[in-house]
Amino acid sequence: MNLSSRARTYDLRRREVAKRISEVGGKKLLVVTGLGSTNWDFTAAGDRDLIFPMWGAMGGAVSVGLGLALAQPKNRVLVATGDGEMLMGLGSLATVAVQAPSNLTIIVFDNERYGETGMQLSATADEADIAAIATGCGIKSAVNINNDKELKKSLPKLFKIPGPSLWVIKVRAESLDFVLPPKDGAFLKDRFRRALLGDVGIL
Amino acid sequence: MDWWRKIYVALKNADVRQIVYVPDAGHAELIDACIEDNDIISIPLTTEEEGVAVLAGAWLGGQRGALLMQSSGVGNCINMFGLMQTCRFPLAAFVTMRGQWQEFNPWQMPMGQGTELALSAMNVNVETADNPKDIFEKSAAVLHSAFVANQMTALLLHQRLMPKKTFGN
Repeated sequence: MNLSSRARTYDLRRREVAKRISEVGGKKLLVVTGLGSTNWDFTAAGDRDLIFPMWGAMGGAVSVGLGLALAQPKNRVLVATGDGEMLMGLGSLATVAVQAPSNLTIIVFDNERYGETGMQLSATADEADIAAIATGCGIKSAVNINNDKELKKSLPKLFKIPGPSLWVIKVRAESLDFVLPPKDGAFLKDRFRRALLGDVGIL
Repeated sequence: MDWWRKIYVALKNADVRQIVYVPDAGHAELIDACIEDNDIISIPLTTEEEGVAVLAGAWLGGQRGALLMQSSGVGNCINMFGLMQTCRFPLAAFVTMRGQWQEFNPWQMPMGQGTELALSAMNVNVETADNPKDIFEKSAAVLHSAFVANQMTALLLHQRLMPKKTFGN
């Protein structure tokens, strides 16, 4: 099988995985989702005020999650992003490892594609291994989840193991319908702050 | 009081809790002071744009932060400034200038000369300080602009304030 077709056979489906992760995480989980398909996946799983979907700022999702995790050490923070978005911000994994926030969990949905621009192959379709890169940066708990059997076994532990952790979940390369969250950035920021901090958050 | 300490006092007065930075000779003493401060989380970056995004996350979580960088780092931040503008996140940046005054390295010139234009192009308000007497007041004003008026503001610290840099020639 050549590299370009490999991900079409992966058994994990991103929408289903996002739903399962959301259920395990619960309603209080603070979530940052990266440009772009992970936004639609987690919106499909249930949009809520404590999700901050990023419609731009490619490469910045992990950094936003880091600042949030450091500001909210008592709350668990999930960054969910894709392989293309993560590849643009690889340095942020080194930055995370230095701070080592125990409440930060990072999920990378790796379909080995740039989904929003026409499913062009990313470097993970070839040799790049984001979990290995994270390990090399010093993130202790960085693994690849390759199939449903591995996910079933690991998922209950996702928010229990001390962070920072990074799981690369290999998901099927597939084009899905858009399920869009609100788009206005100031609204998304304000709804998040009000839900987390109360009315003082939008003063 | 050294000029850098005036920035430190202004940061403390504004209740800044996260400092994001790429190490820089002009900011070295301020960075050291922040690292030693147990009430400030000091976050070294691999590139300045990470810092912009970290500050967005800090604000989402209810904390104030500030970005310390050299003028060359401003160019690295351009697209991430768009995040701050679109979401109306506050931004307070303190920029030590290169390529401006007694510069020995021609490679520092292009970004130094483009710094103010690049910031303005992304709607970041720009203040400049070249006199140590102004630095406390201007730092306080930048922090007020960011956290009270929800603006993006940078204070450019003129190269005259720094010791003349050489690589021994």
